[in-house]
Amino acid sequence: MRSLFRLAALLAVPGAALAAPDPGDWEAVLAEARGQTVYWHAWGGSTATNDFIAWIGDRVQEEYGVTLEQVKLTDTADAVTRVLSEKQAGRDADGAVDLIWINGENFVSMKGADLLWGPWAEAIPNRSLVAEDEIVTTDFGTSVDGLESPWAKAQFVFMYDSRDAEPLPSIAALGRWAADNPGRFTFPQPPDFLGVTFLKQALVSLAEDPAVLQDPASEHDVEAVTAPLWAWLEDLTPNLWRGGAAYPASGPAQFQLVTDDEIDIAPSLSPSEASTAIANFQLPETVRTFVPEGGTIGNASFVAIPYNSGSKAGAMVVANALLSPEAQLRAQDPDVLGYGTVLDMEALPEAAAQAFADLDLGVATLPPEALGAVRPEPHASWSDAIEAGWIERYATD
Amino acid sequence: MAEGLRLEEVSVALEGRVLVALDAQVAPGEVLTVMGPSGSGKSTLLAYLVGTLAPAFAARGRVILGGRDVTGLPTEARGIGILFQDDLLFPHLSVAGNLGFGLPRAPRAERRRAIAAALAEVGLEGMGGRDPDTLSGGQRARVALMRTLLARPDALLLDEPFSRLDAERRAATRSVVFATVRDRGLPVVMVTHDPEDAEAAGGCVVTV
Amino acid sequence: MIRALPALTLCAMLGPVAAGLWGAVLPALGHLPAAGFEGPSGAAIGRLAAWPGLFEASRLSVTTGVGATLASLGIVALAVGGWSGTRAFAWLQRLLSPLLSVPHAAAAFGLAFLIAPSGWLARIAAPLAGWERPPDVLVVGDPWGLALMAGMVAKEVPFLLLMALAALPQTRPRRSLLVARSLGYGRMTGWFKTVFPALYAQIRLPVYVVLAYSMSVVDVALILGPTTPPTLSVQIVRWMGDPDLSQRLLASAGAIWQLLLVGMALALWRAGEGAVARAGRAWAEGGGRRAADAALRGAGLVLGTVAAASVTVGLAILALWSVAGLWSYPDLWPEGLTGRSWARHADGVAAGARQTFLVAAIATAIALALTIGCLEAEHRRGRAMGAGAAWLLYLPLLMPQTAFLPGLQSFLLSAGADIGLGPVVAAHLVFVLPYVFLSLGDPWRAWDARYATVAAALGAGPGRTLWAVRLPMLMGPVLTAAAVGVAVSVGQYLPTLLIGGGRVATLTTEAVALASGGDRRAIGVYALAQTAAALLPFALALLVPAIAFRNRRGLHG
Repeated sequence: MRSLFRLAALLAVPGAALAAPDPGDWEAVLAEARGQTVYWHAWGGSTATNDFIAWIGDRVQEEYGVTLEQVKLTDTADAVTRVLSEKQAGRDADGAVDLIWINGENFVSMKGADLLWGPWAEAIPNRSLVAEDEIVTTDFGTSVDGLESPWAKAQFVFMYDSRDAEPLPSIAALGRWAADNPGRFTFPQPPDFLGVTFLKQALVSLAEDPAVLQDPASEHDVEAVTAPLWAWLEDLTPNLWRGGAAYPASGPAQFQLVTDDEIDIAPSLSPSEASTAIANFQLPETVRTFVPEGGTIGNASFVAIPYNSGSKAGAMVVANALLSPEAQLRAQDPDVLGYGTVLDMEALPEAAAQAFADLDLGVATLPPEALGAVRPEPHASWSDAIEAGWIERYATD
Repeated sequence: MAEGLRLEEVSVALEGRVLVALDAQVAPGEVLTVMGPSGSGKSTLLAYLVGTLAPAFAARGRVILGGRDVTGLPTEARGIGILFQDDLLFPHLSVAGNLGFGLPRAPRAERRRAIAAALAEVGLEGMGGRDPDTLSGGQRARVALMRTLLARPDALLLDEPFSRLDAERRAATRSVVFATVRDRGLPVVMVTHDPEDAEAAGGCVVTV
Repeated sequence: MIRALPALTLCAMLGPVAAGLWGAVLPALGHLPAAGFEGPSGAAIGRLAAWPGLFEASRLSVTTGVGATLASLGIVALAVGGWSGTRAFAWLQRLLSPLLSVPHAAAAFGLAFLIAPSGWLARIAAPLAGWERPPDVLVVGDPWGLALMAGMVAKEVPFLLLMALAALPQTRPRRSLLVARSLGYGRMTGWFKTVFPALYAQIRLPVYVVLAYSMSVVDVALILGPTTPPTLSVQIVRWMGDPDLSQRLLASAGAIWQLLLVGMALALWRAGEGAVARAGRAWAEGGGRRAADAALRGAGLVLGTVAAASVTVGLAILALWSVAGLWSYPDLWPEGLTGRSWARHADGVAAGARQTFLVAAIATAIALALTIGCLEAEHRRGRAMGAGAAWLLYLPLLMPQTAFLPGLQSFLLSAGADIGLGPVVAAHLVFVLPYVFLSLGDPWRAWDARYATVAAALGAGPGRTLWAVRLPMLMGPVLTAAAVGVAVSVGQYLPTLLIGGGRVATLTTEAVALASGGDRRAIGVYALAQTAAALLPFALALLVPAIAFRNRRGLHG
């Protein structure tokens, strides 16, 4: 038996590492990128995103000769696993993944396992246009360190169908509303990203001292800190859609439920997602959004390059293209994607800034001042704790 | 004696039990009729002669054709033609295509002439383009015969060749077949259970 | 050369299965050096045992698998017993046969669109029941897995029916039934007492395949199955996809557990057969002449029709969604029709179709070459395949996909052969090959070998006999087997997903990826394209011989 284990270990011989491109020498990067194919592993459940990625693909093909192929994932973790398996198997060059749409838990996990190449993200040209705030420098309490490049900003909001519901002032009020309207609210099933974010939002709102959530969970009594969340969920769950026995698989899957008038309120990660969905006939025109008082948590979407990508230069060109004012404007257009831009309006040329100002954000999108303060994401370890806690309580019986 | 077909102490056994044993000489133009009830090993004998005996059978003896020992040769190298009770015309080929299948390689014009002549010989002029399935049973039997003969075999085996034909056609087809093989001086082995076949063949009769 | 083919075929079929199981055993024993786990240890097994959903997920796998198999077998038995030989049966058969090639995922989507609380059936009932809003009942994704079972039944009934019809003539049903009826037995009772036992003996292996497959299916369970917790197979795939590498130990232990579970279910089923046979003999010898004959006959026809209709109407609803403008509950029809969804997804569908057909064509071509090679070798040797070989053919189909595909992924990675089309084709071949073999084997062997004797006696060598006589004469069955191969390949979800590493995106993986987004229009487009990809080869298999042999009556059966 032991010799067989040794044989299996022998199979995992590390391959030769290739010389990596230097993001500081952008001309050289562009030259190396020409002709490369970049496999971008990105969640493929949203037609709008897929279309946007295809559009980016056309741009980089045209301008830089980079071929972009989207690998549509059901779950971003699939790509992370892929890179992990490759490392495990010693495939250290020309891996399957060149670029990952990533943030939060998956980023922490890849960074921790040394699966990311970099730092590079702060050296690409368009980075100078990015508004440097906490959302782009830390990802779930973990320092980004130039290992991933931001391309969209998100802030947690609730969508509601104005025919059947009203904006609610707090998470506690949501619980009371659900008790009065059983079966009319739900959230995507954790570990879905939006589902976990909803739990985190509830925790941030309900915790006695939200400040502790910025520390690693191991420094605090997790049971005590999360107790208000579990108590609230215990009351809420029987009043959820299907009595909490089933959950939608993802954020967009909730659209169909709202459209079919199965639910009236649903969480969303993006203030303008509802407007975009209305424009695509995926939501009724009566849908609006609200944020509870005290603000909601926000984060950024990033792209990262695995350590064994064979097209690092091409991947950086794509990441840079994502930060161009043209792409950012398109992404923010609710008719296209409705993702919040990460650019600093003051750093943009006047015409570009004006184009952002002129953009119609859509009927369901709250103006920036109404969105209130962005509250930081809890440290990633809290995500793990509440995700595991929720699954154990509600997804395994 | 180099002429004709010689079956030299042939015996075929299955699991130690001898099914058929025969020692015979068939002269050119002569018909050896093998008779016996079904299951008596008649068809096994033909399978042995044509070279398609299943490996479960154990065979002894030799088959000498025109002085050539063909015992160990594959079917296609033996020069032995066979006609079954079914005509077994290839359904995906036309009548001419079936005849052409048996014909050795030759220039196209020559092949066409040979096929036309073969059809004429059995009274089927101009039927070359037909789908074999549109022919009558007797016509099909004649095409099958000519297909076999066009391959220029040195001997011919007949496996209950007329049993599927109705009484009227049987007599006619039988006389065509026997006349043709006699014309060409082919040694023939026929297995049948029909005494009339044996009578019409006129050669030796062996019962197994 | 041709003599080596049977061994090569076995390698192509069983090699990946063996490699995959090996790749699962090591991590299941706690050995995964890259993740920092040195084995052997009981860590993985311990964690699996400690997973709180284990019992529920295992129970779901067993109940849905056994339930779907029992229901499918029951419906097929009732339909064949009550109606074979009648006009109604011919009609039912025509309805069910094409559904065999409809991919599982597409059928599941169709069913989901039909039976969901906001689905089409609820919309029909809405005005009568006064449902202004969709009823808040858990129909799709129910914790008992009823929707999942229904989806499997709808797909397995056509499969078992075709298998039963192929085996039926060997049981000489007419004679037995005539004897039974002349002794005063009702049609149904007589059939179950005289024909069914012989028929079941003939279709036992396909029934086992249905059981193993239903217990471990992933795509249908993702679409119709419960999520709190999901079935064991879905959970294994989730663990495989977890960013935390140590979850792979759990996935591997789960894979081995899945294998054991299927093995135990098969053993129990086998034991059940014995018990049923004993009870059945007592019943058959008991002399009862009628056992609710009319009711059972009716049930057979109704259930068979419902199974067929659920997939057919489901596909029609998918088609409608793919061209729907705004379509809100409780409208029966969309407010308008638009080609927008198709235009929007045209590029993606075209790219998916290209990959799908590329993989399917290569896998099917290899499978056909190996199958024909094996059958020809068997013919030339003059010795038929033994019963053991038939079991080997079924072995990859009896192996739960989730038991060996995760390990196969790890294995291929270690071998450095993981990326690209080749490994995906090899993984598809594991499933394509047995079906192609099973489809072609009978007609190939039924071919009158005297044609070969005639051809050889006319001077044609074995090669010429094969190419110029046997293959053209068997063009119909060969093309049908090819169509079966393509349909099987088109439907493969897990092998494409796990082995392709995402770089091989077929219509099936794209469609299932869309499931989580719930965009009915996009799902409609992809599921329909997937169905078309599976059905098209069957249409060609019918059309090509009809045109090529339009003047050859003898080949028109």
